[in-house]
Amino acid sequence: MFDFSIVTQWIHSLLTSFLPEEVAVFIECVAIGVCILLGYAIIAIIMIFMERKVCAAFQCRLGPMRVGPWGTIQVFADVFKMLIKEIIAIRHSDKFLYNLAPYIVILASILAFSCLPFSKGMEVLDFNVGIFFLMAASSIGVVGILLAGWSSNNKYSLIGAMRSGAQMISYELSTSLSLLTIIVLTDTMQFSEIVERQADGWFLFKGHIPAFIAFVIYLIAGNAEVNRGPFDLPEAESELTAGYHTEYSGMHFGLFYVAEFVNLFIIAGVAATIFLGGWMPLHIPGLDGFNTIMDYIPGFVWFFGKAFFVVWILMWFKWTFPRLRIDQILTLEWKYLVPIGLLNLLLMVIIVVFDLHF
Amino acid sequence: MKERRSYLGGLLHGINTLLTGMKVTGREFFTPKVTEQYPENRATLEISPRFRGRLTMPVDAEGNNKCIACGLCQMACPNDTIHITSETILDESTGKKKKVLVKYEYDLGACMFCQLCVNACPHHAIEFSTEFENAVFDRNTLVQTLNKK
Repeated sequence: MFDFSIVTQWIHSLLTSFLPEEVAVFIECVAIGVCILLGYAIIAIIMIFMERKVCAAFQCRLGPMRVGPWGTIQVFADVFKMLIKEIIAIRHSDKFLYNLAPYIVILASILAFSCLPFSKGMEVLDFNVGIFFLMAASSIGVVGILLAGWSSNNKYSLIGAMRSGAQMISYELSTSLSLLTIIVLTDTMQFSEIVERQADGWFLFKGHIPAFIAFVIYLIAGNAEVNRGPFDLPEAESELTAGYHTEYSGMHFGLFYVAEFVNLFIIAGVAATIFLGGWMPLHIPGLDGFNTIMDYIPGFVWFFGKAFFVVWILMWFKWTFPRLRIDQILTLEWKYLVPIGLLNLLLMVIIVVFDLHF
Repeated sequence: MKERRSYLGGLLHGINTLLTGMKVTGREFFTPKVTEQYPENRATLEISPRFRGRLTMPVDAEGNNKCIACGLCQMACPNDTIHITSETILDESTGKKKKVLVKYEYDLGACMFCQLCVNACPHHAIEFSTEFENAVFDRNTLVQTLNKK
């Protein structure tokens, strides 16, 4: 398996050979920032295209077909349209917060995005409380959404933002509980370590019953946290026009839109990393020939394959289930997911204590 | 009447119904898609047989239509789209008077495709074809004579 840190080490030694240490580190930070933003934009474009195609397929349609082969240029056309549209300033809105809100949302999303381990040695933020940091960073997004709803001076926006706040804060609990279940199994929060420990079997198989329950809870709660699927009532088109981003236009709306899709990818990427082994190939203990063949497939192919598979499952949810009411959403969270998550955590502790996992 | 379920019963029932829904959409994901790529696939275009394109009067092998000039379609039409000109002739074989169709005029420009005329016809003499490319350059050409003889 190719270790990407060889490349980064080589770049670092090259830069330090003719630059002072501080300048070299600064240049590396800028370069990595640019890479993350580029990757972010590319993932967003792929996700929007995938959303339209998958949605079409679930509704027995073909989706965009006209612009470019199989409609592949359609998303670029949409992005270009979004970029050249005017950003309208709303009268009687809180100008500062109104303009700040989309950047808070996108900031939270990019911070969470840079935690994902894409391949062996290809992690940007990787330290011993990685999952904790990811949960903390991704929950900043709700502040941006609340600000957007408040500062727009529009009741639809405000209702949408309030619903979104209630929903995201509630479901944060279930996501954390299901991640905690796996942390009990791994006894580490560092993403690279978590992936390394799945070399002899992914946690979904190693942790069997509690890991599977945690996986399902994570998918449901994650879907709710990115305001998608059956939980899209913060932006319920039919009742709240577009929810918290009703008053936004141009690229400010585009930032919300892009952040929503990349957040979905982040949820899927974290699910792939924690439960499905991240960039770790499928290893079956005992079958050494099979394992070496699997090792020839590069790590990022595994990671993106798994992540987009989880994205596909989440889109399957979205285009199958009807939207829930706010009371149903809170009932599902507080009466079902949280108690089940807590019991599941207990079950996982018992399994780890008595060494019943694989 | 909604039956009350226990906590676990309701949970299992909910999971079951969700899986049923996912099975339906999962099957839909892999079925061939119904979208028609219209201008490109003109040759192979498939239109649902119940589509109402324009009114036609089918003829049999000898070129005879089934119209008896009763005028029910003309009366059923809400837009006065249909105009029937008929004459009364003496039928030699039976020696009785008989009404026959002279001209069946149909104004496509006024038609709203409600299909009331087809439903009113007692002899299935008229029907809607699936032909839908009705655009013409002169609106006078929209007034068509359906009986060819």
